[in-house]
Amino acid sequence: MPSSLKHLLFIVAPLIVLLAVLPGVYQNHLLLFNFVIFLVLAQGVNIIYGFTGYLPFGYVGFFGAGAYGFAIMVMHFQTPAVLAVLVGGLVGVALGLLLTPLLRLSGAYFAIANLAASLAVLHFVANPALENITKGPYGVSLTGTFNPNMAYAAAVVVLALTLGAVVFLKNSRFGLALQAVREDAVSASMAGVNVVKMRVIAWLASALVAGLAGGVYAWYVSVFYPDNVFSGDFSIFAIVFALFGGVATICGPIVGVIILYGIYNLIGFTTPQYFQLIYGLLIMGLVLFLPAGLVSLATRRGWHVP
Amino acid sequence: MSPDNKPILTISKVIKRFGGFHALDGLSFHVVPGEILGLVGPNGSGKTTAINVISGLYAPDGGEVVMDDVSIGGMASHKLVHRGINRTFQVPKPFMSLTVRQNIDVALAYGRASAAPPAMAALLDEYRLAEVADRPAADLNNVQQKTLDLVRALATGPRLLLLDELAAGLNPTELDWIAERIKALARSGIAIIVVEHLMGFIEHITDRVIVMNAGKEIFEGTLAVAVKVPQVIEVFLGGEHAV
Repeated sequence: MPSSLKHLLFIVAPLIVLLAVLPGVYQNHLLLFNFVIFLVLAQGVNIIYGFTGYLPFGYVGFFGAGAYGFAIMVMHFQTPAVLAVLVGGLVGVALGLLLTPLLRLSGAYFAIANLAASLAVLHFVANPALENITKGPYGVSLTGTFNPNMAYAAAVVVLALTLGAVVFLKNSRFGLALQAVREDAVSASMAGVNVVKMRVIAWLASALVAGLAGGVYAWYVSVFYPDNVFSGDFSIFAIVFALFGGVATICGPIVGVIILYGIYNLIGFTTPQYFQLIYGLLIMGLVLFLPAGLVSLATRRGWHVP
Repeated sequence: MSPDNKPILTISKVIKRFGGFHALDGLSFHVVPGEILGLVGPNGSGKTTAINVISGLYAPDGGEVVMDDVSIGGMASHKLVHRGINRTFQVPKPFMSLTVRQNIDVALAYGRASAAPPAMAALLDEYRLAEVADRPAADLNNVQQKTLDLVRALATGPRLLLLDELAAGLNPTELDWIAERIKALARSGIAIIVVEHLMGFIEHITDRVIVMNAGKEIFEGTLAVAVKVPQVIEVFLGGEHAV
């Protein structure tokens, strides 16, 4: 059996099935939905950071742009929700295209510029002068499309597609070439790889993923403000979850989301006053002792982690 | 090695500036298929810059770089690779976290070799990397990493190969071995440009050398003749040693 099929059968399929049936047995629908959204976003970060080495501190920009793409389609064009979600994805890609010059930067400079770009998009959308289009800072209310069950199903579909993309990257020569670019762009070009093209493709793919997630999120919550969907927490959480599990793998970001977002909610319900303390210590420990994520515990021993 | 062959690469009056410094200041030479051309000169004379311009890392600021009658100066590296140019690096640059096999796989998949590239197994065997094939490149020693750089270049099926100090740091046995490999590659028709400080090695493998100083060539011919030319001696050893 080719390993890509194995990964689809034994990692992706069980997770998708589990998430599809969980709402029937577990009451907290919103929590499940948030899990799915963070699984998508962590994998989106995985695509751009894990496979090309660009750390997208402003990743939420694509998410928020997708949410507003959805909102504008629904408010002004009365499009069906599913179509609006697709437009949300395209808006993410369009923003990604606009920001491709950032890929000339590297390391911390890229991360900072990307963060600034996401703030610029936030303030653009929240500009009162655009009230006719985006409702500016006053937020949108999309009661017409409100349908949490359908939105949840759409989120699971987006997750399935995203995981499919990561499985492809993990098992294809395309993904291998991306990793080569991450390791050494000059050497990669000497292997015949078109470095700029590869980076742009990965960048737009991760923008698409976040845009779709934003669209689905807007569908699910139906009432939101710019500050909600452009909240830096989305970027930080998605990055931390992906790094905690271990990037450039399929399982790493999944494990990261389940453990860290699980702990986050556990602490949030029981002892919220200790949340930041425990989370901070966890992240410090991670950076100090496990910079390559949880999966490195296994890879260090020579075990292959898909 | 027939000198009447048509050159595969001709560079003429190439200029490369870094700020006010002229790293290449009107460099001209050519290389023919099957020939091993040595590029020698003191530190800072522009040897590596020349390699970097030919392999597309730098765009020249003047002059012409012509391969197969096409001007290639300033073309992107990956396009030059597809045209048949490849190189190794002074400090080897493998993809550290990828395995040796994956390193070669990338080049095999994306190199677009004009003829069928050598098979993975043959490359691993011939260049003594079979034992470490499934280890990450970061685990290799310096000589193995240099070899991997060379193998990655070969996997793209180059017709012009640029070797930047491949021999530095090798022990005598390894030197003999790599010298034989380079000669065999030239016999197969590849044009090879070698930048090297080890004069014995240069003498052993090259058909012809270009001596560079301050960004241009000051001598062209065999190394045996070069060492008798006063200008060359002056550049390498200082004025008072010139006869």
